[in-house]
Amino acid sequence: MNFKVMPFVMAAVTLLFSANVFAAAPIRIGALFAVTGPAAFLGEPERNTAKMVVDEINRAGGVRGQKLELIVYDTSGDATKAVQLATKLIKDDKVVAIIGPSTTGETMAVIPVVERGHVPLISCSAGSKITDPVKRWVFKTAQNDSLAVGRIYEYLQKTKQTNVSILTVSDGFGASGREQLKSQAARYGITIVSDDTYGPKDTDMTAQLTKMRGSRTQAIICWGTNPGPAVIAKNAQQLGIKTPLFMSHGVSSKKFIELAGDAAEGIRLPSGKVVVADMLPASDKQKKSLMAFVRDYKKHYNAEGDHFGGHAWDAVMLVRNAINNGAFTAAAIRDQLESTRGFAGIGGNFNYSPQDHAGLGKDAFVLVEVKNKDWMIVK
Amino acid sequence: MQFDQILQYTLSGLSTGAIYALIGIGFSIIYNATGIINFAQGEFVMLGGLLTMSCLTVLKLPLWAAIPCAIAVSTLVGILFERLAIRPLRQPTPINLVIITIGGSILLRGLAMLVWGKDTHSVPPFSGDAPIAIGGATILPQHLWILAITLIIIFINKIYFYHTISGKAMRACSYNRRAAGLVGIDVKRMVLFSFIISSAMGAVAGIIVAPLTMTAYDVGVMLGLKGFCAAIIGGMSSGLSTVIGGLILGVLESLGAGLISSGYKDAIAFIILLLILFFRPQGLFGKADSERV
Repeated sequence: MNFKVMPFVMAAVTLLFSANVFAAAPIRIGALFAVTGPAAFLGEPERNTAKMVVDEINRAGGVRGQKLELIVYDTSGDATKAVQLATKLIKDDKVVAIIGPSTTGETMAVIPVVERGHVPLISCSAGSKITDPVKRWVFKTAQNDSLAVGRIYEYLQKTKQTNVSILTVSDGFGASGREQLKSQAARYGITIVSDDTYGPKDTDMTAQLTKMRGSRTQAIICWGTNPGPAVIAKNAQQLGIKTPLFMSHGVSSKKFIELAGDAAEGIRLPSGKVVVADMLPASDKQKKSLMAFVRDYKKHYNAEGDHFGGHAWDAVMLVRNAINNGAFTAAAIRDQLESTRGFAGIGGNFNYSPQDHAGLGKDAFVLVEVKNKDWMIVK
Repeated sequence: MQFDQILQYTLSGLSTGAIYALIGIGFSIIYNATGIINFAQGEFVMLGGLLTMSCLTVLKLPLWAAIPCAIAVSTLVGILFERLAIRPLRQPTPINLVIITIGGSILLRGLAMLVWGKDTHSVPPFSGDAPIAIGGATILPQHLWILAITLIIIFINKIYFYHTISGKAMRACSYNRRAAGLVGIDVKRMVLFSFIISSAMGAVAGIIVAPLTMTAYDVGVMLGLKGFCAAIIGGMSSGLSTVIGGLILGVLESLGAGLISSGYKDAIAFIILLLILFFRPQGLFGKADSERV
């Protein structure tokens, strides 16, 4: 190519792309995800999903003729960084809504920023304190831990296994689960006979399990994210523990089955519906959204979509629906979000109200069991 | 029942301890040859496990071929590390070298994260996972592998250090580097040897433990620190005392988690480390100026 032509080509290309921008300024949505760092297993699928959904929406012509523009920043799971980036999204990028952050710690840090900046925040993290008490500008799409605990306890109550041992990981996720497990036990008539923890990097939990084997426990509930629960499953198999083992929704991905191998068989856990999307009855309201998400994710990234991505899917769709209903400013989007009723997303059926910014009920979780290296819904 | 529990804690502790011991010996060998603590030692444990996983899944090698392959590649990384990071140093004061090894460990971990991602990976056990009952306790075949391989490696080490010329030369370096150099021992070559041996041993530790604990780019940090504890308890010896140090550490951790509280598991290891450093810096079994090989 003649190099003298280069500048013109460059200019033409630049103009071509910028022409788009001038035609109709896209609606800017901000996103804060922990794409790197310790919470990357949350942030990465969330970012992928949010990008995918926005691309799909734009390809289909945008919302009410206007394109969406997603501005994603990586917080690396750091609350300080999340606060700075949230300020940047509001002040510099002038976004109408923010999706994320990925972890409860970051979300709690960002809340004062959005409350002051009057921009709606749709968090993708699970901590129940995010929306309890309700904050005017803060919503969330991830299911509360309390719903998952409720699912397990309901089942244990039904099958009369009331003496349980709990084994939780000593990080934020485990601590929150432990708190819920202990506070809800009495309501379901459950006695916690042994309460142990393990470190997120521990490689052998036989000591804790041996202690439980010695007690009169009827079920063991383990609360953690990979790889800890897989190690526990293997240890339990090694020790020949016949007591039913329950896990949290933190491991409801194929990765857990892959890591734990045969030891995963028979383990039960509460899970969002993504992993069993194809097994749901056609009458399930979420089925359509779930199947669309799983199919699109497979197409774009050639990987299994998971719940974490699902939280971002729900958040983007909630904003899209709000805009579709005629809300173009931050304040209008907030009001539209709050009046969302019966939105069947990935995490569950969302019904927001001025008193409830979490929007989900216990039906958001199904109890699944690992059978033949796959999930089965427990009736 | 109580006795069964104690037996189980002890057996679990011994198998974890054997891993700490292997990693600890890696620390000691380099320390004795060069006078530095190689904080990248844990990363070779990580490399061993992850490379085996890759050899099995990507290259589709059988297990018996994947293991030597992984050890060879890890050793190569150890050689490169010594050649590129340790040897070119102009003023090799211990503090410079230690900082370099920390930098090296962060680099290796970062590269591993890029190559293998942030996920945890599993490696199949060497010979099934049907539990074996001993008294009222159970262990896995993999635990036997760990104990056996640790014993074999210690035995080979013993022979190498006491019955071969290069082993004796390395011991000479540990007594007095300058004098060793004066009698014609190529000290730099011994340093390289020490890196070869300890990276290979780290890789072996990583490979035999991976089926039990799984492996990820960041497993080296904690295992490395525990191995370092074992080496300190053993007074930085590359023989039996570090092995006993590792075993003591493993058993105490396991008993502590079972009988006191699982929350204190890691604390136990580091309290022991501090106590030893305060009161017996020469190691639990060492005399004030002991033979360190």
